[in-house]
Amino acid sequence: MLEAAWLICAFPLAGFVLLIVLGRRIGEPLAGWLASAAMTGAFASSIAMFFALMSRDEADRRFVVTLFEWIPAGDFTVDAGLLIDPLSVTMALFVTGVGTVIHVYAIGYMHGDGDFAKFFTYLNLFAFSMLVLVLGDNLALTFLGWEGVGACSYLLISFWFSDEANAAAGKKAFITNRVGDWGFMLAIFWCFAALGSVRYLDLFGRADSLSSSTATVIVILLFVAAAGKSAQLPLYIWLPDAMAGPTPVSALIHAATMVTAGVYLLVRVNPVIAVADSWAPELIAWVGVGTALFAAGAAMAQNDIKKVLAYSTISQLGYMMLAVGSGAYVAAIFHMITHAFFKALLFLGAGSVIHAMHHRQDMRGYGALRAVMPITAGTFIVGWLAIAGVPPFAGFWSKDEILAHAWDHSPALWIVGIITAVLTAFYMSRLVFMTFFGSARYESADKPHEMSPLMTTPLVVLAGAAAVAGFINLPFSSDLHFLGAWLEPSLFGNEAHLSSGATTQWLLALLSIAGAALGIIVAVAVYLRQQLPAQLFEPSAAARAFYVDELWTRFVGGPGRKSFEAVAAFDSNVVDGAVNGVGRSVRATAAVMRRAQSGFVRSYALLTAAGALALLIWFILRASV
Amino acid sequence: MVETVFAVSAVLILVGAVGVVLFRNPVHAALSLVLTLIGVAVLFVLNDAHFLAAVQVVVYAGAIVILFLFVIMLLGVDKAEKLRIEPIAGQRPLAVVIGAGLAAVLVTVVIIGADVLTGWRRQSGERALDGASTDIERIGRVLFGEFAFAVEITAALLTVAVVGAVILTRRTPRGEQ
Amino acid sequence: MDLGGLSVGWYLALSVALFTIGGVGLLVRRNPLVMFMCVELMLNAVNVAFVALGAGLNDVGGQIAVFFVLVVAATEVVIGLALVVAINRRRAGATADDLTLLKG
Repeated sequence: MLEAAWLICAFPLAGFVLLIVLGRRIGEPLAGWLASAAMTGAFASSIAMFFALMSRDEADRRFVVTLFEWIPAGDFTVDAGLLIDPLSVTMALFVTGVGTVIHVYAIGYMHGDGDFAKFFTYLNLFAFSMLVLVLGDNLALTFLGWEGVGACSYLLISFWFSDEANAAAGKKAFITNRVGDWGFMLAIFWCFAALGSVRYLDLFGRADSLSSSTATVIVILLFVAAAGKSAQLPLYIWLPDAMAGPTPVSALIHAATMVTAGVYLLVRVNPVIAVADSWAPELIAWVGVGTALFAAGAAMAQNDIKKVLAYSTISQLGYMMLAVGSGAYVAAIFHMITHAFFKALLFLGAGSVIHAMHHRQDMRGYGALRAVMPITAGTFIVGWLAIAGVPPFAGFWSKDEILAHAWDHSPALWIVGIITAVLTAFYMSRLVFMTFFGSARYESADKPHEMSPLMTTPLVVLAGAAAVAGFINLPFSSDLHFLGAWLEPSLFGNEAHLSSGATTQWLLALLSIAGAALGIIVAVAVYLRQQLPAQLFEPSAAARAFYVDELWTRFVGGPGRKSFEAVAAFDSNVVDGAVNGVGRSVRATAAVMRRAQSGFVRSYALLTAAGALALLIWFILRASV
Repeated sequence: MVETVFAVSAVLILVGAVGVVLFRNPVHAALSLVLTLIGVAVLFVLNDAHFLAAVQVVVYAGAIVILFLFVIMLLGVDKAEKLRIEPIAGQRPLAVVIGAGLAAVLVTVVIIGADVLTGWRRQSGERALDGASTDIERIGRVLFGEFAFAVEITAALLTVAVVGAVILTRRTPRGEQ
Repeated sequence: MDLGGLSVGWYLALSVALFTIGGVGLLVRRNPLVMFMCVELMLNAVNVAFVALGAGLNDVGGQIAVFFVLVVAATEVVIGLALVVAINRRRAGATADDLTLLKG
């Protein structure tokens, strides 16, 4: 049964190939349905794998399907194989599940687009790459998927490339991610140098044999990779710009799946983190919580609805990193899943609003959409409550688990985390109030309307998931800790266990509910009742994301540029000089040699005969010696 | 007896060869070539290669030389070539020097190698020349047994040659170029 | 090693002479047709050597080699003459020295 795991990847790949060949011919909407069918197939196979894995003994829930020998190079071989274990199957499940829903939504969203078929071709390629990333049984294959999703991300961000800004955003994402890829590649090399293998099973089995400094280097390099892909400080800058892509792309790639790849990677290599020096996970936790706070602050002052969600995504990814750094791998994956549901829901809802408002994204031009878009508004409110941390919606449970672990790790982390939680509740409430409540600020000629069932059904499905997903991992008793128990075999006992008592945990939970309530109440006061001036909560520094982008620009444009130019000068003078010198000397020699090419066949024959004679003489001399 | 036949045919061969090189008219050169080819066929008979001798006469002296003559007549290139003129400076003396050197070296090889050959073991089994089977039977068995793959390749080569010849000599319709 | 009282060396010597004559002819003649004939001479020289050595070693392999040489020679003549025909159609009466378009 588990041998059929390749089907998970095969469906989107088949969809991609079919769409390349047929896409233009079958056009809209068949191309979209074909892509969605491929995703459904992948989802069904993932479910099958899940049950196949469930039916096995807990100790036996790790399985490698070797497909073919990918890179045979002497002693070093890399097989293209799939690692099926609870972690990868969980990832595959929510990637394909959320992916399917978003594919269906996109059929409605992309209606009338000239490149309808191309869009779904890219989406299926993305899904395939993401599944390779998740299921690959070695670092090299994961890297292949990693680059694949990066390329698809680039293609889809600049999907409407005729607009200069979109093309630039795509390039920014691509180039920024190169920094992370650099870390990933070095980590692979280092891993191979230290262990002689890049397979995860070898990594798991022999992690103990690594020296702590080697493990630290690998972890830090992988964290660089994760910081690029999962948009952590200071490499997050590409994600807000990535909102230039179509909204389903933002939902699928830049909220639910691809950006979580970094977190997944770190959870995947948890045995190495366990061996590393303790400052490495500490660094991950602090960068994570720092990113969470920073991005939440930036989200407060954004007026573009998608930018708010983008910073919110960065912030939530920061929470996941905090969880990884605190050793709470289950909480990281738990939050990843719930986040995938509610953030995809929020993005798709935002997409509906944008669609209704004729592609204007400024929330200052929205307002009172609740009345004309009841389903969108209703589902969006579910997503809002989930992300704000209001029980019993999904976000509360996962965020609370992370915060509990953070408290256990260091109260300082918890304090930053809880401040972020308050800010999160605030800025999400701001978004909801500005969009769906208050007075209508759009032209009445716009006539916003509710979307077709094709687009509202996915919203309802995701809203349902966002409401109940928290119940897969309830904290009350270890029996209810389903996800934790399920992921056990992938974590090798490296999962941190809460040491604080039940009273402390209840208190922390109450505090985080109070924090969420505080955020919402302030937002009500500011944006619904106008009792407090909005400017107070929207500092211009936050609107500019605290000038990180400007800092980067200044660095890259100033000292960065100078050093690049020095390298370029070295390249053009020394390296090119050597190359051109070789070329010039070859040309000079050839100018002399070409005189031999008289064009007379008989001269050539003469030279051939002379050569034959010389060879014969040489043979005789050699034989007689 | 054998020596006499060898001597006569060797003279025929060399005279024919020199004729090919020295006759100014290509028709005469082609006829001179026939002389050499017949002489070689005689040598084949002398070495008990009767089948090859027949093939030599039929294919070489027959088909190939006829083909030469046919092309000469078809194109009307049977003009005598002025052998006294040599447009490429130094070509002729160099050719003679290299020719002489080649001959000298090859004769050296033969002299050195004659002794080496004497000690070699003689073939036995299917490929042996003194076996029970006839000449043609032996060639057939070895050709379509051991060398069957090479024969197939040869077939492909001939096909390619035929197609190539057709394409090379096809008249392109006016205006196409 | 003797062949019916005759040393194989004689055959090889004859082969060398024939080969050399053919080679020199190829180098000095300008008519492409005669050049092809000289190539035939060289091929025949090799055939003589093959058959003589094959007889000396009591091996039919020499004759098999001659057989293949025959086929290749036939192919070469077919293509060569086709080339001559094609060239003559464009430039009547061209010798090998007139075809120097590939001059370096």
